[in-house]
Amino acid sequence: MNDFEYRLAATTTEAQQQFSSSRRSSYVAGGTNLIDLLKYNLADADLLVDINQTQATSIEELAGGGVRISALMTNADTAYHPLIEKRYPLLSKAILAGASAQIRNMATNGGNLLQRTRCYYFYDAASPCNKRNPGSGCPALTGQNRMMAILGASGHCIAVFPSDMCVALAALEAVILTNGPAGERMVKFGDFHRLPGEHPELDNILQPGEIITAIELPGEGFAANYSYLKIRDRSSYAFALVSVATAFELENGIIKKARIALGGVAHKPWRVNEAEGNLIGKAVNKDTLGAAADMILKGAIGLEHNSFKIELAKRAIIRNGLTALKPELQLPGAQPADTSML
Amino acid sequence: MKEMNTTIGKPVSRLEGFEKVTGAAKYAADHHVPGLLYGYVVNSTITKGRITKIYTREVSALPGIIEILTHENRMPTAWFDIQYADMDAPSGTVFKPLHDDKIRYNGQPIALVIAESYEQARLGAAKLRVEYDEDTQHATELKGNLERARPPKPGMAFLLKPPPPKPTGDFEKAYEEAAFRAKGEYGHSAEFHNPMELFASTVLYEGKGKLAIYSKTQGTINDQTFVANVFGLKYKNVKVIAPYVGGAFGSGLRPQYQLYLAVMAALQLQRHVRVVLDRSQMFTFGHRPQTLMQMRISADGDGKVTGLNHEGYGETSAYEDYSEILVKWAPMLYPAANTLLKYNLVPLDVATPLDMRAPGGSTAFHAIECTMDQLAYQLNMDPLGLRIKNYSEADPLENKPFTSKELKACYLQGAAKFGWYGRKPEPRSMRRGNKLVGYGMATGMWDAMQMPARVEAKITPDGKLHIKSAITDIGTGTFTVMTQIAAEQFGMAMEDVIFDYGNSKLPFAPIQGGSFSTSTVGVGVVNASKALKKMLLKLAKKVSAEFKNAEVGTVTFVGGEIIYNGHALSFIKLVAANGDKPIHTKNMGYPHALKLRKYAMATHSAAFVEVEVDEDLGVATVTRALTAVAAGRIINPKTARSQILGGMVWGISKALREEALLDPAIGKYVNQNLAEYHLPVHADIKGLDVIFVEEQDQLINELGTKGVGEIGVVAITPAIANAVYHATGKRINDLPIHFDKLL
Ligand SMILES: Cc1cc2nc3c(=O)[nH]c(=O)nc-3n(C[C@H](O)[C@H](O)[C@H](O)COP(=O)(O)OP(=O)(O)OC[C@H]3O[C@@H](n4cnc5c(N)ncnc54)[C@H](O)[C@@H]3O)c2cc1C
Repeated sequence: MNDFEYRLAATTTEAQQQFSSSRRSSYVAGGTNLIDLLKYNLADADLLVDINQTQATSIEELAGGGVRISALMTNADTAYHPLIEKRYPLLSKAILAGASAQIRNMATNGGNLLQRTRCYYFYDAASPCNKRNPGSGCPALTGQNRMMAILGASGHCIAVFPSDMCVALAALEAVILTNGPAGERMVKFGDFHRLPGEHPELDNILQPGEIITAIELPGEGFAANYSYLKIRDRSSYAFALVSVATAFELENGIIKKARIALGGVAHKPWRVNEAEGNLIGKAVNKDTLGAAADMILKGAIGLEHNSFKIELAKRAIIRNGLTALKPELQLPGAQPADTSML
Repeated sequence: MKEMNTTIGKPVSRLEGFEKVTGAAKYAADHHVPGLLYGYVVNSTITKGRITKIYTREVSALPGIIEILTHENRMPTAWFDIQYADMDAPSGTVFKPLHDDKIRYNGQPIALVIAESYEQARLGAAKLRVEYDEDTQHATELKGNLERARPPKPGMAFLLKPPPPKPTGDFEKAYEEAAFRAKGEYGHSAEFHNPMELFASTVLYEGKGKLAIYSKTQGTINDQTFVANVFGLKYKNVKVIAPYVGGAFGSGLRPQYQLYLAVMAALQLQRHVRVVLDRSQMFTFGHRPQTLMQMRISADGDGKVTGLNHEGYGETSAYEDYSEILVKWAPMLYPAANTLLKYNLVPLDVATPLDMRAPGGSTAFHAIECTMDQLAYQLNMDPLGLRIKNYSEADPLENKPFTSKELKACYLQGAAKFGWYGRKPEPRSMRRGNKLVGYGMATGMWDAMQMPARVEAKITPDGKLHIKSAITDIGTGTFTVMTQIAAEQFGMAMEDVIFDYGNSKLPFAPIQGGSFSTSTVGVGVVNASKALKKMLLKLAKKVSAEFKNAEVGTVTFVGGEIIYNGHALSFIKLVAANGDKPIHTKNMGYPHALKLRKYAMATHSAAFVEVEVDEDLGVATVTRALTAVAAGRIINPKTARSQILGGMVWGISKALREEALLDPAIGKYVNQNLAEYHLPVHADIKGLDVIFVEEQDQLINELGTKGVGEIGVVAITPAIANAVYHATGKRINDLPIHFDKLL
């Protein structure tokens, strides 16, 4: 870890000015990801601009029925906020399935969107990695790839994006508000994170110096029928090998709207509109969910140690779809619920 | 007259608990002195080859950097290999950090950057550029290199870890002709030591050739002699202090490289130096070896075992032969006329493996008890019934009686409390909602050993009893338990007993391992107490005529007094009569080796486990588990229970969680952090229960104790694997059993 200068910015504009004063500057919010990366010599900065005080951290109700969540609010405050618990419980559950209580108390919403992959090789400064060091190679392709992507990967990078919160945000069709050198932007959630392609070093479309200011959620929160399921190598405090956020709008048991997003399988939360559209007008059962799962996983490619994810994801989509019929069946830590009585 | 106050057998809370939970306890890295320098280790990023150049100049120019130690500028150390051998060294040549330019394994320490602050040292270490001549023809994976297998080389280590017993009968024939046969291949990857406290040494330079060292260790005297031998110092000039050790589990049985490097830096710079390893560096030294085993068991039509074949392959390094007595256990547990036991090592380009909680035993019983389980299904017998059918009161292989063996009580009491008999025999026959439910059980064994140790006992003018031993307390409760034993000898309150420990200046104690510390130091305490009582009696006779006819057998010691015929004399008076000079004695405790040669000695356990396995998703959870233990006399049921609970959590980890992921192309474990090396968290641990069955052992030693540090981990892993089979009908013999193996 380098010595670095630390500055506390009072406003977004001030933060951006400070940011541009060095070529090796970085914003810091909760610091739960960035500081680790600095300590492991995976990131390098000579100036940290603390943006925690650039805005009040709150959730505002919007005219159209949606909400605007501050990017600097902590994950914990967001998950336990009455508005989120009541109207967007899917988001609440997804956040609480991630990390640990201590980390969620520090981690911010903006930081969560920008956390980097947990790929073993990315995390080892001595290892080649196209994401960390473009052009150096990707040992994960033929190495230990249990946690790696089965969808949307490229020959340059098979890392997955590790966030739980973002899987729910993808399903809820959030919009990201940013403020950058080129002014303010609103970015649809599905457009925010990138697939690795030829440039795995770019996780998302955020430009240097650009700040995420808020996350907006549309009015539809799917509070009646939703579920988050996370499958991992221990019951808590581990990243997802597969996770699923599912939300339905139902009328007399028939699907009017469906959202299914997968985590832990790709370089971004994975949604397939066609699969969701195909569910409309149908009942929620093993067959309809299974058909949706097949569409979502079309083109999935398994490697030596991760092909189990394909079958696992299918089964997880089915289980979580059933759970969404009775969200109260969900278990702490987004562990698999018992839906046998449905 | 005071009341007799028995302390042995009471669930006394840890005496140092308050210091530990409030942070007042100072561990090896917590000792601050003015002028302290900080060393940070640089590790090799290649697996095999040579260092061709280390660019120290750029790093030396960074702020705060004092020195960079490498093989090129280090001080000379001892000439002969034997001088590097510690108390736990296997046969071979001990690895010497910074000795030469040769890289023997990935993560090998190759330089120490020393700076004014920890952060400066860490930055310097990160910036140090090293060039290598890399040999890409390395081998690190056990399974892919079995053609290298060979028996362990003989050496001193054979004393404690003898080669497997010779074959008996004709196993192949027995197996061929048997009515029932079961076999399996079992394996696990390396397991890495991750006690909560990181490895650290704070070395105080106290003048020429004189060092006081706060170190994380399981043996203060082991470290002291190692440092003195390697660096040519006088024993009396090296003091190793370790009153608090934040868990060790075998990792501190050998001096680790942070000690070596910190001492070298302190001597070379003549300054105080601290070196702390970081969490990922915990993956760069000894570990439980990768192991592969084949197990075959044959039985006759009644379920009597007729043949046992256990063959094991263990990983070792290219420079030392670390071996585990993997295959000795099955014939100690089950009588069989035909046995075939083989054990081989596979030398690889890795760090030498190291003892880890129940080394060998926890690995072996996985194979033994899962194969027995399989046999039970073939015989259509209750797995517990099969164990009882093959129960042996004596050690069948050597035909020696056990000093005590209450394993049957473990089976019966454990089964009753667990509710074993509610189990439906067929696999996949029990369920709860969409979860399959399985019950599994297994047996465990571990050695009941004792080593020699010296203990000092002393009464001071305030009438208090002081007991001294160099032994550490690695979190097991040794401090508390020794205080209890000493208090019991004199019928004193524990508050009046001061146990002084964790310092190499104190009377000799061996390394704290093998579950032998309670018996080893405890017997020392008993013997020193006996001798001290004699001295007190002698003085009493001088002081008071009432004691003229008193004998050792007719006096009692209660509450700081010696009592005879209704007359009491306080220790305070006795010391006063001694001219206020403390009354003290040093004595040895040693095993009754001659007598015990005729006996087998072991602790036993039986574990019972319930698992739930999600039918579609394969996620397995240990919903409840019980271990019944027969370990002789339990000095402190509270600290002993903690030992078993910790072992059970470890067993759950082995069975379902932790997995070191090796990338053989690089020769490195890639998940070297606790985010990805998945040790269990609270949510993984549900109801755990422990029973200590009554086991009286008049033979084993003066205390009747056998030790409980390791037995808790042995049976639980196979019990889980067996429960998973019962739940799912799938035998998963490769640990850990992750959900994808059950999809
Ligand atoms: C051991 C461990 C386990 C974890 N487990 C999980 C898990 O299971 N699931 C999960 O989802 N997450 C998990 N996390 C990740 C955690 O959620 C993230 O570390 C956290 O959300 C990051 O937020 P932060 O505010 O601390 O970000 P920081 O570390 O402060 O910043 C991260 C990055 O985002 C940038 N940044 C931050 N805020 C903004 C902003 N508003 N605008 C522009 N740039 C910004 C910073 O410059 C930096 O590059 C885990 C983390 C750890 C350490």
